[in-house]
Amino acid sequence: MGKTEISPDTYLVGIGVSPGIAIGKICLINRQAGATEWRIEADEVESELERFALALEQAKLQLRRVKERVASKPHLREHLYILDTHLLILEDEMLVQQTVAEIKQLINAEGALNRTLGKLRRMFDSIEDEYLRDRRSDVDAVGDRLLRILAGEQDRTLGEAGKKTLVAAHDLSPADTIQIDKGNILGFVTDRGGRTSHTAILARSLEIPAVVGLETVTSVVENEMPAIIDGSSGVVVLNPSEATFKEYLQRKQAYEYQERDLLSDRALPATTRDHFTVSLRGNLEATSEVQTALKYGVEGVGLYRTEFLYMNRSEPPGEEEQVATYSAMLKGMAPHSVTIRTLDLGGDKIVSELSLEDETNPAMGLRAIRFSLREVKLFKTQLRAILRASVNGTVRIMFPMISGVAEIRDCKRILDEVRGDLQHEGIAYAKDIPIGIMVETPSAVLVAPLLAKEVDFFSIGTNDLIQYCLAVDRGNEHVAYLYEPMHPAILRALKAICDAAHEARIEVSICGEMASEPLYALVMLGLGLTELSMNPSCVPRVKQVLRKLTRADGKALLERLWELPTGKEVVACIEREMCRLLPEIFEQKQI
Amino acid sequence: MIRRDFTIINRLGLHARAAAQLVQTANKFAAEVTLYKEDIEVNGKSIMGILLLAAPKGTLVSIAVDGSDEEQAMNTIAELIEDGFGED
Repeated sequence: MGKTEISPDTYLVGIGVSPGIAIGKICLINRQAGATEWRIEADEVESELERFALALEQAKLQLRRVKERVASKPHLREHLYILDTHLLILEDEMLVQQTVAEIKQLINAEGALNRTLGKLRRMFDSIEDEYLRDRRSDVDAVGDRLLRILAGEQDRTLGEAGKKTLVAAHDLSPADTIQIDKGNILGFVTDRGGRTSHTAILARSLEIPAVVGLETVTSVVENEMPAIIDGSSGVVVLNPSEATFKEYLQRKQAYEYQERDLLSDRALPATTRDHFTVSLRGNLEATSEVQTALKYGVEGVGLYRTEFLYMNRSEPPGEEEQVATYSAMLKGMAPHSVTIRTLDLGGDKIVSELSLEDETNPAMGLRAIRFSLREVKLFKTQLRAILRASVNGTVRIMFPMISGVAEIRDCKRILDEVRGDLQHEGIAYAKDIPIGIMVETPSAVLVAPLLAKEVDFFSIGTNDLIQYCLAVDRGNEHVAYLYEPMHPAILRALKAICDAAHEARIEVSICGEMASEPLYALVMLGLGLTELSMNPSCVPRVKQVLRKLTRADGKALLERLWELPTGKEVVACIEREMCRLLPEIFEQKQI
Repeated sequence: MIRRDFTIINRLGLHARAAAQLVQTANKFAAEVTLYKEDIEVNGKSIMGILLLAAPKGTLVSIAVDGSDEEQAMNTIAELIEDGFGED
């Protein structure tokens, strides 16, 4: 592979999934390998055959090493079969014999392998069944590994990454990241991935900046190339000029200074000046995020999204694996509570195994609790695991996308059946687990007083609530401008939910993005919310603001907002009030 | 040689994990293992062959086993398939 010339200040934009700025040199772990084909002389056949045989052995050795490490980690054993599959592919006659035959036709090893892979890919592409067709990716992974070995590119492992480097990789799997040395990595950039990909979660738990989904970054970077990663904005700068370098160095210092400043308050409660305390909790996806979340000062987990457990794998997680994962989360957060949301699959979050048929309107289709109530066996496995884990800490169970009383009653009935089974089997579980629902459909808002009689708490999922209430798909660029969190209809919905909860004396919280916006903190106080749950890194800023406000100001503001006819006027009014109360925080933000 | 017909009953069909199990099982025996689906024929000891056979749930597959330990091999393979590869 030839050196790519990259001009100074080359900007790439991906998805920023872990905030902060990292400046350093690239360490390329792996990339999509290419293969050049050329004719060889008859007397070179033997040496090419030998190169190919050695590459096969080398690849097997690499995989066996990873396998040994994976086998010693119980939570990763699930991935063992992938490694077995890859090992079998390396021994497969279709791969080996065809490549050998091509080499004997006077083609170099890379070229011969590439021809074989091409044939196999075409065969896979003609398979009708989508899941089986996707197994092509295993052949691709093995092919890439062999091509990299033939090209003399040592597949580096994260354990071998140099000191203080920016890791660039096509993608990182749990098998790659087992051997990570925390102190050595400054940041991640990858071709693939999204907010919930393995790399993203890993980066957040290590608190290092990461930008994923860059598509082609590994084809343009080289080892030792200077680069800047801005994990907040998703920008990556390659070969930065001196001016850019200085600019980012300043931004990095400012960011870190601010973070330190905010973190100094982490042990303090989010109590207003008139002694109203709001519990600030974290939205988490994996147990690996616990330590970081605690560092930001979260008081428990207000939303534990269990989907991550079900994603990027061919089969749903078994009961034992779930018990282990939930227990680790509960122990890590103790004595704080953890609100586990049952499976909220739908839209883009689907596991191949559970793949639903294509729906024309997935947002209103078979997802979340509807899916769980249809796949009762899967649902019961999750509930059993939660109950079994409940002895290891303080747990609350929350059901997503409830649209009426009948659904929550079904959930409770199934939960009772699971409790009965455990009792019968003599398995211990906590008896007093609070049960709650996500309030995110307009129907749930309208019947909130009825729902409040059925449960112990409400958690308002504002992201979906706004979309459903305003009938706006925020991913649709033509209507995204209508997505207004402070639309008068949303304010009324929030008030109705909070009133119903207060009336029934049950807890009410918000776990959508709205909760993490410091600008809305006063509105949250006015509504009387006692708990806000958000991305842990947002907790310090929200706390800083809450501690300077009063509940009385919040109530007064809410009364004024009530009269305003449009979302724009509501936001303008909130901004004016926040600037008046806290000019040192909000005035510079309004530029 | 013995030959038997099977229906693939596990939800995912002969996907990666099941295919790997089948190949690992077939490799334990000296006998040759061949899978047939309609007019396609593949080597039961080749993971690519089995993956390319593309046999989702409900597929009818015929398996032929030929060799000194064919009986034991067939019984072991039959158990694996009929048990749905231990998926549930």
